[in-house]
Amino acid sequence: MSIDRFGKDKEKFDKLQQIIDEKKNMQGALMPIMQAAQEIFGYLPIEVQQFIADGLKITLSEVYGVATFYAQFVLEAQGQHVIGVCLGTACYVKGSQAILDKLSDILKVPVGKTTPDGKFTLNATRCLGACGLAPVMMIGDEVYGRLQPEEVEGILSKY
Amino acid sequence: MDLFRSHVLICGGTGCSSSGSAELIRLFEENIAKAGLDKEVKVVRTGCFGLCEMGPIVIVYPEGAFYSRIRPENVEEIVNEHLLKGRIVRRLLCSEAVEDQNTIKSLDEVDFYKKQKRVALRNCGVIDPEKIDEYIAFDGYRALGKVLTEMTPQEVIDVIKASGLRGRGGAGFPTGTKWQFAKNAVGDKKYVCCNADEGDPGAFMDRSVLEGDPHAVIEAMAIAAYAIGSDQGYIYVRAEYPIAVKRLQIAIGQAREYGLLGKNIFGTDFSFDLDIRLGAGAFVCGEETALMNSIEGKRGEPRPRPPFPAHKGLFDKPTILNNVETYANVAQIILKGADWFASMGTEKSKGTKVFALGGKINNTGLVEIPMGTTLREIIYDIGGGIPKGKKFKAAQTGGPSGGCIPASCLDVSIDYDSLIAIGSMMGSGGMIVMDEDNCMVDIARFFLDFTVDESCGKCPPCRIGTRRMLEILERIVEGKGEDGDIEKLETLAKNIKATALCGLGQTAPNPVLSTLKYFRDEYEAHIYEKRCPAGHCKKLLRYTIDPAACKGCSLCSKVCPVGAISGELRKTYTIDASKCIKCGACMEKCRFNAISRK
Repeated sequence: MSIDRFGKDKEKFDKLQQIIDEKKNMQGALMPIMQAAQEIFGYLPIEVQQFIADGLKITLSEVYGVATFYAQFVLEAQGQHVIGVCLGTACYVKGSQAILDKLSDILKVPVGKTTPDGKFTLNATRCLGACGLAPVMMIGDEVYGRLQPEEVEGILSKY
Repeated sequence: MDLFRSHVLICGGTGCSSSGSAELIRLFEENIAKAGLDKEVKVVRTGCFGLCEMGPIVIVYPEGAFYSRIRPENVEEIVNEHLLKGRIVRRLLCSEAVEDQNTIKSLDEVDFYKKQKRVALRNCGVIDPEKIDEYIAFDGYRALGKVLTEMTPQEVIDVIKASGLRGRGGAGFPTGTKWQFAKNAVGDKKYVCCNADEGDPGAFMDRSVLEGDPHAVIEAMAIAAYAIGSDQGYIYVRAEYPIAVKRLQIAIGQAREYGLLGKNIFGTDFSFDLDIRLGAGAFVCGEETALMNSIEGKRGEPRPRPPFPAHKGLFDKPTILNNVETYANVAQIILKGADWFASMGTEKSKGTKVFALGGKINNTGLVEIPMGTTLREIIYDIGGGIPKGKKFKAAQTGGPSGGCIPASCLDVSIDYDSLIAIGSMMGSGGMIVMDEDNCMVDIARFFLDFTVDESCGKCPPCRIGTRRMLEILERIVEGKGEDGDIEKLETLAKNIKATALCGLGQTAPNPVLSTLKYFRDEYEAHIYEKRCPAGHCKKLLRYTIDPAACKGCSLCSKVCPVGAISGELRKTYTIDASKCIKCGACMEKCRFNAISRK
């Protein structure tokens, strides 16, 4: 899936241009613009980073530096469903590593990667803050709590 | 204003939302309307009640009936029985709230709440956080009015100083002193910032305050701005907290509409406005100078100090940065006085502290206790003890910067100085409880893994040093520990603490040092005996079949992926330890509990 600035993705770039125009005079505009860009494209391919750099008249390395620093910014396209297994302390002491291992086993992808069919991306996340439900995982916006490794397969089959 | 005879309070915090409270709110409203009670009963979506373990929580006033773990199918019954006919559905009440056949306990009589004192959380679970009028009805913005019309900036700072309020983000720096520095600093522009980048895993105090009482933070930031002479504030909040962000946005909009933010507030010369900046998932951005770099749109790397932010902070201007919970105390101190606040807590730690209680504990949730409460009271009286009758092993406070408190220190007073003295720290308020099944070496490894991942890479002691420590710990939990590893860890820890640039690096070795201090025997067992006393570290486990319990069904040998189990049908099977990869499949399959792991 390549990015086509003047073809299929033109609308998205137009939208991003609008946001850049709105925010470019604000102090510290880079991160809010990148967050908006990720919202539009789902990730930040290099073409989009270059576009932002041009729009703000800064170097690509500055944009890339910020993109790679923060965990929230992703440089690769994500799967249709993003799975996040919480590895916060509360979940970890209640066995979330076993949940993550099980998922990695079933999906046959290492943590942080997307299945070849593009259906699932498996992530280990920081504390989701639902410690009362530990161990927790999220698929998209759906939260699954008080998980047992045996339940994982059944949950995946719903997607 | 409409008057209602009954209010149904439903928690809309992240914990209860994750277990379906939004659906409950919809169903309650629907059923109440169906019963024709919509003019008499009001549904209020509040912030967090604290007892997340029992979520989703529904409280019905005026009775104070405390319903817990409510499912969508329970709603109709509560509406028809309780709201329509006045019969409390006792079966659905939180079991602790049922006194006997005829009486129920009100919320503050339940064990979980009895020893708590809610100052920072005073409005959480009480008001609808999306309605500024409800905040105002609970004395909201009165402190700001008092400050602007009756007090000088110096008087404000003097009150905060006299109250003894210290930073709730973890380090415990006196808040009044911080404000004084910024007030004294010369600058044409000054900034007030709020650290809501709650990155400590297992901590969600600040999120709950923002979700349950966002105006308390806005009001306090305006007070701080008046005290130091600022007209612009920033709240830096984690993007992972969508509900908190949304409620903050709503609250800021309402405050602007009411003239409580903006130009000439309360008809005075004072003007102040606020913006939200979203974090992007970097733990180091909880460090003050890194956070300021991030607000400026740069990589969130810390800056060397001095210059301190009070002199040269955000955009190189004098800046104060306080944590959410610190701000949540400010308006109360102004209204009730420094003496009132100082009357709570210990000599050097005044007021209350909110903790997010999690891990192996019965009552997971949010608790606010007066400083000086003992750990034992938190774990057993408020937290309800350890599930499944297991033994308490340690409580971890301060997250990746803190340490583990062992059972021998259960009677320690929870305050800044006592916790430092036993090798942990207050931290921002995460408190994770561990039982006998948790391996302390692995917990140390877990935190180091976190710091290595979150180290920004700017200074070598943190970037390289923590990685070396992690490698040693990984070897130890894999059974490849060597004589001298403990000493190496200690030397590295000492050097990193002394030389790292910022708080993240300087405190990163703490989880290792504190577990070494109290659980050295576990490290030694891993290294010298290749054994994990807690039975947690996979590579060190030994699976054995109990000949007395084994029926010889052969199931285990069939599931073993490496053929390590052999035997004859209807006779005892055995595991060849040299082939076993410790996957645990056999133990999962055995129907006779004949396989054990040690």
